[in-house]
Amino acid sequence: MNAERSASDPNGDERQVVEQAVDRLLEAHPPQTTEATTFWAAQFDAGLAFVDFPRGDGGLAASPRWREYVGRRLDEAGAPTWNRTANILGIGMGAGVLAAHGTENQRKRWLRPMFTMEEIWCQLFSEPGAGSDVAALSTRAVQDGDEWIVNGQKVWTTLAHLARWGMIVTRTDPDQPKHRGLTYFIVDMHAPGVEVRPLYQITGEAEFNEVFFDDVRIPDAYRIDDVGAGWRVAMTTLMNERVAIGGNTVPRGHGAIGAAVRAWQGSESSDIGVRRDLVRLWAEVEAMRLTSLRAAENRKAGTPGPEGSTGKLAWADLNKAVTALTVSILGREGAVIPEGYALEPTTYDTREVERVMSPQRHYLRARANSIEGGTSEIMRNIIGERVLGLPGEPRVDKDLPWTEVPRG
Amino acid sequence: MAEPSFLRTDEQQLLSSTLRELLAGTGDLDRTREMSLSVEAFDKVTWGALMDMGIIAMVSEWRPGSGEPSFRDVAVVFEELGRAMVPVPVLSVLMAATLLSELGGEKATAVRNAISDGSVVPALALFEDERTDDVAAGAVTAEHVEGGWRIAGTKRYVIDAPIADRILVTARAGDDAIVALVDTDAVELEAVHGLDATRPLGHVHLDVTVGDDEVLAVGGPEVERAVTVALDAGVVALAQEQVGGAQRCLESSVEYATTRYQFGRAIGSFQAIKHACADMLVAVEHARSAALHAAATIDDPFESVISIPLAHGVCSEAYEFVAGQNIQVHGGIGFTWEHDAHLYFKRAKASSLLLRSVSSSFDRLGDAIGV
Repeated sequence: MNAERSASDPNGDERQVVEQAVDRLLEAHPPQTTEATTFWAAQFDAGLAFVDFPRGDGGLAASPRWREYVGRRLDEAGAPTWNRTANILGIGMGAGVLAAHGTENQRKRWLRPMFTMEEIWCQLFSEPGAGSDVAALSTRAVQDGDEWIVNGQKVWTTLAHLARWGMIVTRTDPDQPKHRGLTYFIVDMHAPGVEVRPLYQITGEAEFNEVFFDDVRIPDAYRIDDVGAGWRVAMTTLMNERVAIGGNTVPRGHGAIGAAVRAWQGSESSDIGVRRDLVRLWAEVEAMRLTSLRAAENRKAGTPGPEGSTGKLAWADLNKAVTALTVSILGREGAVIPEGYALEPTTYDTREVERVMSPQRHYLRARANSIEGGTSEIMRNIIGERVLGLPGEPRVDKDLPWTEVPRG
Repeated sequence: MAEPSFLRTDEQQLLSSTLRELLAGTGDLDRTREMSLSVEAFDKVTWGALMDMGIIAMVSEWRPGSGEPSFRDVAVVFEELGRAMVPVPVLSVLMAATLLSELGGEKATAVRNAISDGSVVPALALFEDERTDDVAAGAVTAEHVEGGWRIAGTKRYVIDAPIADRILVTARAGDDAIVALVDTDAVELEAVHGLDATRPLGHVHLDVTVGDDEVLAVGGPEVERAVTVALDAGVVALAQEQVGGAQRCLESSVEYATTRYQFGRAIGSFQAIKHACADMLVAVEHARSAALHAAATIDDPFESVISIPLAHGVCSEAYEFVAGQNIQVHGGIGFTWEHDAHLYFKRAKASSLLLRSVSSSFDRLGDAIGV
């Protein structure tokens, strides 16, 4: 095959190009005998990391619809795929940001080690004073020659303690209204002046961190898109995040509802009230699963509808309800937390595809579902305004210079 | 299992838009409101139009495994009927035709043809009390007499009985159950006011002798099975109706929230209203997925034991929730007789009760998934 030919060449057979690339990868690097990092490097070089990205950037310039095919083939072959969950902020979000807004140099520098897990990524958006209203953030970046000097504090930063790179949104022009004075950078988490402190949560573990920036220097070459374009880049990131959280379809009866069913089956209870609660939740989870399949099918057919926007909100509510019921089914055992409480940062033993968590611990963790990645209140605003077309709230801060917006 | 597609064919899309246009022309909610003061609401203008368009024939030609029309085609019809809220006895047509095709035989086929060409409006007299699903529990008995069968007792909550020409009756005959065809003229009909007056309802008091040729089936499990298939079809059709009605309620709420101003703002700009509408959307979309999935898998013996009770439970609860919220979003005007909201609210409750209870569907679902 002519290596120069792009997979999207109308004369080339895109399917054949992708198929052959997968065949060759699996032949040259049998997953059973290849170390994971080596395999991912080869996968990236074969253009099968992000098949729709340009050649040389882990892609084959193919249609994104081949992503599913590649994933399935690699799964079937027993290839390692846990980099996608273990480095989710990089592979799930950062890669899309680099593809949409990054320069060629930036894509060359960051995409490969991100995919091979040699470099973990984190996302630095939220601040103590900017939660749902993330555009109100106050971390400052001031230009100094071909560098920027950053001061401020970020919070709820997943994986910051393991990360080498962070996607950070900073305020570069405080005299502009809040959405306009923002600039987006990639920051080296090992740079002098970056301090990461674990933030212990309801379960005792620390998945999240506080990150402090004290005169941290970022090269201008690490700026993503234009000065002042930070909000646009942040929106790309958040869109990818909500897809990553709400869009994953687990098979029927798996996940939290599967644990609830197993708890019921193990309980020998004959409480018909509890049984009906369980079946009703099973039905709602199944209706949500069917909705996410329908949304995927409509997206593929080019006719996306409102069904594509309900996943994150529905999942958050249902996951909380299901995990709460599971603990109730356990009876007095539900009042035990088998893991105990220990204050420790999450280690992400990434080889476990699904981290094993007791139902009691899952119940506690689920409280975050309606807060992280956009609170359910914000999700309802988005659905109301962008999907149903209802008018927005009157805003007192939209056109004011950021410096004049009341805060506290 | 390979998941069946949710996408509509081009023909189904055309059917949907043609029907919506037709019903918007003939089905006037002011007339529906007026008719719902009586116990025999029947929009004969729309009925005639549906007949002319071939809809009644199409619905009565469906049978399990028929392929053409598929239940997905039938589903389009019921979604539009649920949206337009016109009183026409299409549900009875579907269920009676399904029962007749399951029973088979010359007589059953003749009746099915008469339903298909509109010369007979059918009703199904199955239930005997408020909650028992047993359709031949013994409140109505049949006894073989010289040249025919004597049928006596009372069937209750018979959908469309006040407007039907002929009634299909199940009765207990010793160890067997029978299905007999009875003329409406030969029974004592006690019409009742339905909570949802757009779906006529009556109790049927029987004390009648019918000829042998009017008895379509005598048996045990085969009669029970045929009735179950007809009820399943009815439940899945209702699920589509529930989706159509709920979708209309959501649209109505959004329209009102955009145009109604208080405190100098469209009320939809307040989060209390906006969030209510967002929750309505989630309910409608989940219901739509469950209803479409049930329609697509109604012929699949393994999947339908899950998809049918799932659709009944999810769509019933979604419609009740959305129709209730629709009144709340509209405030006082939504509580008035002049407004359409109550028509949907009443349909939502009644449609979740008449064929099967939601809790019995959840119990069936629990059995199917091993809970």
